[in-house]
Amino acid sequence: MVSIDETSFALKISGNWSRQATVKPIDQILSRLKSHPPQKIIIAAGTLTAWDSRLPSQLLKIMDYCAANNIQVDSGQLPDGIKSLLKLALAVPERASTRRGGSRFSWLSNIGKSIIDMQKDMYGLIVFIGEVALAAGALLTGKARFRMIDLLTFIQDAGPNGFPIVSLISLLVGLILAFVAALQLAMVDAKIYIADLVALGIVREMGPLMTAIIASGRTGAAYATQLGTMNLNNEIDALKTMGISAMEFLVLPRMLALVLMLPLLTLCADLLGILGGAMVSSTAFDVTFIQYYQQIKKAVDLVDFGVGIFKSVVFACLIAIAGCMRGMQCGRSASAVGEAATAAVVDSIVYIVVADSLITLIYNRLDL
Amino acid sequence: MGQANQNIPHITVSQLTMAYGNFVIQHDLNFTIEHRDVFIIMGGSGCGKSTLLKHLIGLQRPAEGDVFYRGQNFWRSDTRQRTQIMSKTGILYQSGALFSAMTLAENIALPLGEFTRLTPSEIADLVSYKLSLVGLAGFEDYYPSEISGSMQKRAGLARAMALDPEILFFDEPSVGLDPMNARLLDDLIISLGETLNATVVVVTHELASIFAIGTNSVFLDPESKTMLATGAPKKLLAGSDDPRIIQFLTRGEGRTR
Repeated sequence: MVSIDETSFALKISGNWSRQATVKPIDQILSRLKSHPPQKIIIAAGTLTAWDSRLPSQLLKIMDYCAANNIQVDSGQLPDGIKSLLKLALAVPERASTRRGGSRFSWLSNIGKSIIDMQKDMYGLIVFIGEVALAAGALLTGKARFRMIDLLTFIQDAGPNGFPIVSLISLLVGLILAFVAALQLAMVDAKIYIADLVALGIVREMGPLMTAIIASGRTGAAYATQLGTMNLNNEIDALKTMGISAMEFLVLPRMLALVLMLPLLTLCADLLGILGGAMVSSTAFDVTFIQYYQQIKKAVDLVDFGVGIFKSVVFACLIAIAGCMRGMQCGRSASAVGEAATAAVVDSIVYIVVADSLITLIYNRLDL
Repeated sequence: MGQANQNIPHITVSQLTMAYGNFVIQHDLNFTIEHRDVFIIMGGSGCGKSTLLKHLIGLQRPAEGDVFYRGQNFWRSDTRQRTQIMSKTGILYQSGALFSAMTLAENIALPLGEFTRLTPSEIADLVSYKLSLVGLAGFEDYYPSEISGSMQKRAGLARAMALDPEILFFDEPSVGLDPMNARLLDDLIISLGETLNATVVVVTHELASIFAIGTNSVFLDPESKTMLATGAPKKLLAGSDDPRIIQFLTRGEGRTR
């Protein structure tokens, strides 16, 4: 507890000042100092039974207030331990420019800030695409430098390792499509057209789209975290100072691997999706496997496959760009790496859906 | 401030063997750390200094042997008792190990908020006090990435001291600091150890630090995989007959007689 001698303004500190004790806040002393500012105060200790950092921290608060308001403090009668702690705490005075105000902004400035951020993002994207183009140019002229073993590892990660999940999802999507189609077509007794609907839907749209979305979650996020962590460890700086282009050494093999593998995965997804449709129509809606197969042969030609495969190449570029860009621009902290992974997945899904709509529109105009 | 029985050593290490699987790092370590010692764990690179620290602070279990805190067997205690012992220790990791997503104030307030029942305003006062102790007054709202390496170390020290520990562990405190800053950190360690009445354990191979701050030490040898000596570093330099210790303590130049 603290007692105040009113005439000389002597503070006497006594009792238990450890963390476990209940101590009255010193605010009343500060308000007393505020209402009747004295010339000088004396801080002394009575019988202190126990104390820890709590005591000097509170004393420091009083002393800071006094220093700011030109009140002299005599702390000479405190025990040596407390005196030396206070001396240490006051040894490096706070510099005037150090402290910051709270970072509270109005909603208007928040909107402004987010628009500026978006502008920066766009600029970063354009620069990144430019750098990717330069690296791709180097690749085409055979000057790009990266390790073949890296490329093969990324190919394995992006392709074969993703095969099980892609097959499962596309088989189920085929099943679902067939069910949705069958329930409607059965009403007009046109169940044989389940085959057309499933095959065209899968090959032209759902196959590439689902595969790309899976790849953005698996591969795109992995790219962002890998590159983000490398940035955190100064590995990207190390490459740059060695004179090796990070774009060629890190981004190019990742991008190449995905561009090579995503079309193949899409092809698998197409076939398994069609198989899923066949399973539903043959078991539940008496369209035999042979009928289903014959109908698909009539409905789907190579152009349809080509349409889907072309889409998947575009998607692969978009996923790799989103993932690698977020990783390369990642900040240097643990939370920044997490943010980069999230942003990579969100970005790539948005890019994929927008690109899909555009490509479908173009195909429509071109009568493909 | 803890006023415990001063007759029992603060930390006793007895017949300690450290190993990763079958690979033995160090064996048969025996030494004691007294109250208010500034104890140096020294030795060449790769001799297991940091591993020894991990055994002392509960991050790695000994292959054989025991660690006692005030006579209480650390590794044979249950988890709750170990947490109890660890709550009286503060550790400064090599890189500071500040949480990068939190401001300095939040970093230091974290243990205070978790382990005490102080009000937020009192915690804020304590945070300001701890930061001013390490010469970082006014840096409450900065993120670790916004301050320099030596400031990060000092902020890490402020966090290590948050709960008024009885023992402070330092893992290579002067790594990555210029000589002036390393010296300042040494001074800080000494004055804090004195004013807080704390026992200080430092892992280092910086000769300047070893002689400037050490009152007791243990010397680990990577070749024979055991300790060669324990005692005050200055006494080891003056009195040891082991050429390996002399080589280490004189940077290979030998003792000048």
